[in-house]
Amino acid sequence: MSSGAIPDPSAPLTPSGNLRRRQIFSKATEYGATTAAILAIVVLGIVVYTVVARGAKALNLDFVFTAAPTGIGPELLGTGVIVLVATAIAMPLGVLIALFLTEYAGNRAAGPIRHTLDLMNGLPSIIIGLFIFGLLVDHKQQSGLAAAVALAIIELPLIARGSQEILLLVPNSMREAADALGVARWRSVLGVILPSALGGIVTSTVLAVARAAGETAPLIFASSVFDASRFSINPLEALPNVPVTIYTLSEEGNPEGFTQAWGLSLLLVSLILLASLGARALLARSKRKMAS
Amino acid sequence: MSGTTVNSARVAGPRPARSARSARRLRRIDRIGDGLLYGVCLLAALLAVAVIVLIGYEVVHGASPAISKFGLSFLFDTTWQPNFGVFGAGSLLFGTLVSSFFALLLGAPIAIAIGLYLSLLAPAGVRAVVSPLVEMLAAIPSVILGFWGVLVLAPFVHEHIEPWLHNAFGFIPIFGSPETTGASIFTASLILTIMVLPIIASISRDLFLAVPRDLQDGASALGATRWEVVRGVVLPSTSSGVVAASLLGLGRALGEAIAVSQVVGAGSEIHASLFKTGDTLAARIANQFPGALTELHRASLFYSGAILLVIGLLSNLFAQWIGRRFSYEGAAAR
Amino acid sequence: MNGYDWTERREPAAPSSRVRIQSEPLPGAAAADSNGHRSVTPEAVFDAQDVSVFYGRKKALTGVSLRIRRGQITALIGPSGCGKTTFLRSLNRMNDSVPSFRIEGQVLYHGHDMYAGNVDRVEVRRRIGMVFQKPNPFPKSIYDNIAWAPRNLGLKHGLDERVEQALRGAALWDEVKDRLKDSALGLSGGQQQRLCIARAIAIEPDVLLLDEPASALDPIATASIEELMHSLKGRFTIVIVTHNMQQAARVADHTAFFSLDAATGEPSGTLVEFADTETIFAHPVDPRTRDYVSGRFG
Repeated sequence: MSSGAIPDPSAPLTPSGNLRRRQIFSKATEYGATTAAILAIVVLGIVVYTVVARGAKALNLDFVFTAAPTGIGPELLGTGVIVLVATAIAMPLGVLIALFLTEYAGNRAAGPIRHTLDLMNGLPSIIIGLFIFGLLVDHKQQSGLAAAVALAIIELPLIARGSQEILLLVPNSMREAADALGVARWRSVLGVILPSALGGIVTSTVLAVARAAGETAPLIFASSVFDASRFSINPLEALPNVPVTIYTLSEEGNPEGFTQAWGLSLLLVSLILLASLGARALLARSKRKMAS
Repeated sequence: MSGTTVNSARVAGPRPARSARSARRLRRIDRIGDGLLYGVCLLAALLAVAVIVLIGYEVVHGASPAISKFGLSFLFDTTWQPNFGVFGAGSLLFGTLVSSFFALLLGAPIAIAIGLYLSLLAPAGVRAVVSPLVEMLAAIPSVILGFWGVLVLAPFVHEHIEPWLHNAFGFIPIFGSPETTGASIFTASLILTIMVLPIIASISRDLFLAVPRDLQDGASALGATRWEVVRGVVLPSTSSGVVAASLLGLGRALGEAIAVSQVVGAGSEIHASLFKTGDTLAARIANQFPGALTELHRASLFYSGAILLVIGLLSNLFAQWIGRRFSYEGAAAR
Repeated sequence: MNGYDWTERREPAAPSSRVRIQSEPLPGAAAADSNGHRSVTPEAVFDAQDVSVFYGRKKALTGVSLRIRRGQITALIGPSGCGKTTFLRSLNRMNDSVPSFRIEGQVLYHGHDMYAGNVDRVEVRRRIGMVFQKPNPFPKSIYDNIAWAPRNLGLKHGLDERVEQALRGAALWDEVKDRLKDSALGLSGGQQQRLCIARAIAIEPDVLLLDEPASALDPIATASIEELMHSLKGRFTIVIVTHNMQQAARVADHTAFFSLDAATGEPSGTLVEFADTETIFAHPVDPRTRDYVSGRFG
């Protein structure tokens, strides 16, 4: 059965047979994979650098705190209001759904709910925009509230899934101890389980906000016709907001508008990236704490 | 934490009647509380389902004027003229499929390579830094990526990449002559690739990290090179997961409206060349809905959205079918 | 990744309380030359000289000197945690995948320094095969499990025969010859382990390292593995780690007894006694060996 490919045992331990060729190929694939990673970092670097370099030019106090045409203060305020309302809607609902999945649902009920959340998560935001238009804007008018509902739909599956993961990490012994003491379910859930999962729930919410704050498509339907020259926090009318303004300015072809758009982009990206990184780090830490 | 048990434990005492009454009241409160919490959680879950159903309904309802007017020919007709009330999404469908397919073709292999790098090649310290960076790519809002695409990527592609590709490979129809600006299906595909990359890379990385150590050791112990271990053990055992991740990325690419609308050029015809302008279902909705004046125009855009939903659903089902087929093969094949 | 220190090569230890080599000198063995190195005889496959292994700060193995003879079965026995597996894995450079691994001393394979700079790890593993404690068949068919490595090596001709020979050599052919295309994961534990052995011998290595190959198996499967080893001896040099000393007594020609030695501060694995099996079990010299083989501890 021996062929020439069986190496002589007492030969030096350098590549025999076809090993040299195979090692070269293997090394080449290693270089390829490393190059791919470098490529991704380089692209990220270019995008971030462009946003920072061009956006910094626009940043000054006037820009942040005054209204159009000199500043984008109303946009910042409007986005803040819309996101706040959206989170106020999505967070309680998300936590309740997570509680349903971990504390109450059997496997038969949990499956469809999880599928629903996955579907919701995978929905293109342009479809959510169409939905919100049909439901809340058509035959009525644009409003910050409609925009908030749209963003809530985007935030909901993220908060629900994140909270569910954290709730699952709460040790069962806690639940059993409460039961053994004769404590009613609702008291132990609200008084013990939820508080211990609170850190993870908050960070999941922050991640959801970071995702929703940058969404433009639904806002085009719900809150795109506004007066950017005045500050407003009234959710019953269309509110100026950051993503739509960036979008509009990017399509206009006006260089001054571009600069403003870069400035807005810098603000938005900074907030989102900081929130994302911070929340992810905190989430990893609270998961580790739970597991120990 | 409330001291409920203390009360009920202190029932025995000099005044049994009053304690018994408060104990009963407490049990009633607890029953109501339990029921209420369960009910509220159940309602929230049902609300989520209701929202999904409602979304489906609204899209179909909004599309119904166009569905009844154009029927299925809407899928193949490429004439889109709002002024004449003629709408056909053929070129949009084409643009959607071409740009998403391209993004997956380019993005999935690169992303899988990144996943392999992060899980098997990079030292722990490098992985801890590079992984979040790759995920950061996914966190960039699409409007900003599209804006960068308009002002930075498109000119670059127009001045350097498209001419070079056309000169080198112009005999292949997809590499036709460049247009006046960099706005094209090609640029849109590149933007989509950037968006799809981090999704597939992160999931792949986690999948590769989960391949059991002893399986890889067993392969190494048989005198296999690093690549052979990847090809023989790591990739086959994660194939269905990687395919699922890729289809997740595909879903993202199919549905991307904003960034694509900024760089695709809003063309209305089907061309063989990637360098011509085009449009996708999602991008056209974003582009034209605010300015749509007639009900038929809006309904046609809703119809486009409905088609998008169906494509998404089909790719999901395809993902599940592939998952089943791959895991069967993975058990017995090379 | 491995920071062995060339300058640390020491004189072979004088008979100390730690190392006792009982076997008669190997035929053709030269006396120690002026540098203090024993030259390697044609009969020795491995020559470990004062090998110490570190994982970061922890010294897992101290000063092991050992010679493994060709065509024989050498067993490494001793209580858990005393470095047997660490030593075994140092023989085919499987420890390299542990980031903090560091080796001192020398391991010669047919006279070649295994940790020299120009040594290709993949080549090492091609010649020195390993079977692990827990069976680890690939999620492929039985045929493909065995054919995978030969295909890599370019041994594409006569693959069917090679697979059959390997399965016969592992005493598995009759049981699986009709279902070669079935998944290997459907085999029982004992069959899977024999599959792993077949997989290893299919590429005709020089040495087989077995890391507690039967510890995860039931007694019947264990017996079949032990039978197998007798039939494989001669074709291959076999080194087996086992915590079951009766198994060593049944199977091995030579036995090395490892134990924890706390003499130099932190406990570290060390070779206590190495002799042919009969000597180790019938009249061991070191009291620690005596205690272990008579079952007083471990």
